[in-house]
Amino acid sequence: MTTLAILILAIPLFMFLLLGLLGMKMSHKLAGWLGCLGMGTTLVLAYTTAFTYYFDPEYTSEIGQRLQVLLFNETWLQFTEKLVINIGFLLDPISALMLVVITTISFLVHLYSLGYMEGEKGFQRYYAFLSLFSFSMLLLVVATNIFQMYIGWELVGASSYLLIGFYYTKHSAVSASKKAFIVTRFADLGFLLGILILSFYTETFDFITLTSNPDAVLTRFGGATFMGASALTWALILIFTGGMGKSAMMPLHIWLPDAMEGPTPVSALIHAATMVVAGVFLVARMFPVYLLDFDATLFIVCVGGITAFYAAMVACTQIDIKRVLAFSTISQIAFMMVSLGVASDGMGIPSHHGLGYMASMFHMFTHAMFKALLFLGAGALIHAVHSNDYTAMHGLRKYMPITHVTFLIGCLAIAGIPPFSGFFSKDEILAACYHWHPFIGLWMSMVAGLTAFYMFRLYYLIFWWKEHKVEHGHTPHEAPLPMRIPLIFLAAVSVVAGFIPFGHFVTWDRMPYDIHLDLAVAGSSIGIALVAIFIAYKMYCHENNAPAKMKAALPALWDWCHHRFYWDELYMFITHKIIFGLICKPIAWFDRHIIDGTMDAFAIVTNKASYAIRGLQSGQVQMYVWVYLIGALLLAAVGIICVF
Amino acid sequence: MDSVGSIILYVVIALVMIACSVLAVTTRKILRAATYLLFTLFAAAALYFMLGYEFLGAVQIAVYAGGIVVLFVFAILLTSKPGDKAEKLTSKSHTLGMVAALAMLCVAGYGLVKQVISATAMPQMAEQTMAEVGETLMGTGHAQYLLPFEAVSVLLLACIIGGVVIARKR
Amino acid sequence: MEITLIYWLVPTLVMFCCGVYGFITRKNMIAILISLELMLNAVDINFALFNRYLHPEMMEGMFFTLFAIAIAAAETAVAIAIILNIFRSVKNVDVQGIDQMKF
Repeated sequence: MTTLAILILAIPLFMFLLLGLLGMKMSHKLAGWLGCLGMGTTLVLAYTTAFTYYFDPEYTSEIGQRLQVLLFNETWLQFTEKLVINIGFLLDPISALMLVVITTISFLVHLYSLGYMEGEKGFQRYYAFLSLFSFSMLLLVVATNIFQMYIGWELVGASSYLLIGFYYTKHSAVSASKKAFIVTRFADLGFLLGILILSFYTETFDFITLTSNPDAVLTRFGGATFMGASALTWALILIFTGGMGKSAMMPLHIWLPDAMEGPTPVSALIHAATMVVAGVFLVARMFPVYLLDFDATLFIVCVGGITAFYAAMVACTQIDIKRVLAFSTISQIAFMMVSLGVASDGMGIPSHHGLGYMASMFHMFTHAMFKALLFLGAGALIHAVHSNDYTAMHGLRKYMPITHVTFLIGCLAIAGIPPFSGFFSKDEILAACYHWHPFIGLWMSMVAGLTAFYMFRLYYLIFWWKEHKVEHGHTPHEAPLPMRIPLIFLAAVSVVAGFIPFGHFVTWDRMPYDIHLDLAVAGSSIGIALVAIFIAYKMYCHENNAPAKMKAALPALWDWCHHRFYWDELYMFITHKIIFGLICKPIAWFDRHIIDGTMDAFAIVTNKASYAIRGLQSGQVQMYVWVYLIGALLLAAVGIICVF
Repeated sequence: MDSVGSIILYVVIALVMIACSVLAVTTRKILRAATYLLFTLFAAAALYFMLGYEFLGAVQIAVYAGGIVVLFVFAILLTSKPGDKAEKLTSKSHTLGMVAALAMLCVAGYGLVKQVISATAMPQMAEQTMAEVGETLMGTGHAQYLLPFEAVSVLLLACIIGGVVIARKR
Repeated sequence: MEITLIYWLVPTLVMFCCGVYGFITRKNMIAILISLELMLNAVDINFALFNRYLHPEMMEGMFFTLFAIAIAAAETAVAIAIILNIFRSVKNVDVQGIDQMKF
């Protein structure tokens, strides 16, 4: 197992180095297939590891609890006796789950990109970055301590930056990559501060030490408070801030829609299925600690609830199909966050047997599959019509039947229609919400309804609405085989994933239990979803003026939603007008005029003085001698007068 | 009280020294300047003999008169074209030179008058034998000069090579 | 009449001042070198004089003069080599004409 663990991390890293250093000497095909081969091997190894872990009784204790296994944990940096940073491989239900998710999606994206990225400049570089990302993400999820996770965290941030800015000749892609990097870096500052506070009190980075005995953590914190909140709350909220940045929670969500400038498979891998759920994973990893603090939990629920609703509203009005999917991702991740939050009652005891925790992980799994499917489907559409906007698509169902069917499956899954996978996981989340507080339950049900609405709005606008207008004899065509295989595979998974008895695999205390459908919640959510789909059908299935009427009836709301509630403008205002204008400009002025001015003055004075006295350097040796002699004589005269 | 002979010798040496050095810097023909320098050097050598430093006097004549002045003469002959008149002094450089020389004279003269005017007559000195001089030059003990001697020989070697390298035709 | 130290020092001082005057006024580089030799000689004589009058039992001054003569010979040889070199390239030994090293 340890060998497998090392190989799982080493192969993507090796592929990154190989493709990154030698890629330019390879042909596109070779680099692509090498990348796929490396990722395929990793996939097999990860599946072996995960299946061994889940099904081998060796990894289960006598009472049926799944164990946390350290496959290896080596000292990497030893600063002092206490400050030691390890690199290791922690295998437990959620990391095994993430191994499966990451390697599956990553492999499919590798395969898909063979078709999608064909003939692109920098094809080999693209595969190198994909490998780097896979390595970093795997490093993150198998982290044995917060610091290793932080390293992986930053590495995924960096590879996300590289991949968003893949088309670096495009101005919008460059600024999107910078935006993503800066926003997440800013959030990571919070994460780092949280790590420092937490480790200052607990004197450990190790997850097992932290989570196996949360009461000890509480004792260590004692009664330390800061600005009315306890130090523990601060630490947990700051750590969560890092998660907010990566998982695009409000108000740090602004980078994710722009990140769609990257290649579409990258969006599917990084900005839908894996990296953006790192925040959820982080909270889940620290869950026993979050259980201790109600304030932090409440904060998570609030942020998640508001984000979920906000993103769903915005998704209803976007034109760019990738933006719709991006906001849908934000909304779904917020679902997971809320679900994690409602898993705790704040007294150190998980409510309803930690149902929310299980539901969150379940949703993370199913969401990864169907959202990757949707993104890859969107990629196929974009590949076909060379535009991101649904206005260029309309009525594509006849031209791209496979994409159509798989996209429909994805929409049904995310809308929560049984028997598709999204139904089961979302149902668990809603049930957990209702158990926690009815208001949260109603709120999230509403968001679920909105989800069904905007997804089917998108679906109808792409595949129906009106007949496709064929321009310049360019008929949209079905995607090539390497792109179709991932679509079909993911569609199949999205259909059946809901029937996995997830409670047997991932629970907060690693004790398996049977999940069961809450019929009332399930029934009502199916009802809401069906109503929402029906409304979408009415409005968007055939060309009519209902959407225009809606827009005219609520112009302000439409405007606000379409402009994403002006968050970007607010950020621009704060950064450009307030920070740049009031702070940076005076500093720049001071730097340019006072500091540089002083230096310039020195230079000018020296220069002028040199020009003034250079006449003394006449080149007449005798003059020099004369001056020297007179000087020496003066000195001698002074000496003689003083001495005698 | 010195003998009349030595006083006469003194007067002759001092006069030659002063007159020839003044002429050496004022004559307009460069070859003559070299000749006057030669006489000055001879006067200095005579002074060394008078002081009892026969070896030093011999070196002075051999090296300065025999070596350096000959070098000067060769250089002058190489660098001056036939019929060359020496340059006329400009009044400006003449003034500058006079100022410097007079200032030097004043400062040093003032020092001399203040400090050395009362110095005694020449004390007696045991006659230096050549063996003594040789031992001092070649010895390694206190107040003996083997190391400077060797250093000077290295310097001379360097100067020979340097002279050849600088002056050779390229 | 006693010939004391001052009687010898005055002629050497005059000699030195002649050297200074010549060094500053002459244009021919060889003449400058001759002035230099005058100054050097005046100083050499002073070494020997002070040695003889103040510490007749010692030989420091004399040897100092000896080494100074050796060094003067070396210096003159190199200087003349340089002058010849300059003469070869600019056909001139006028020190005021050689001011390429000015600012």
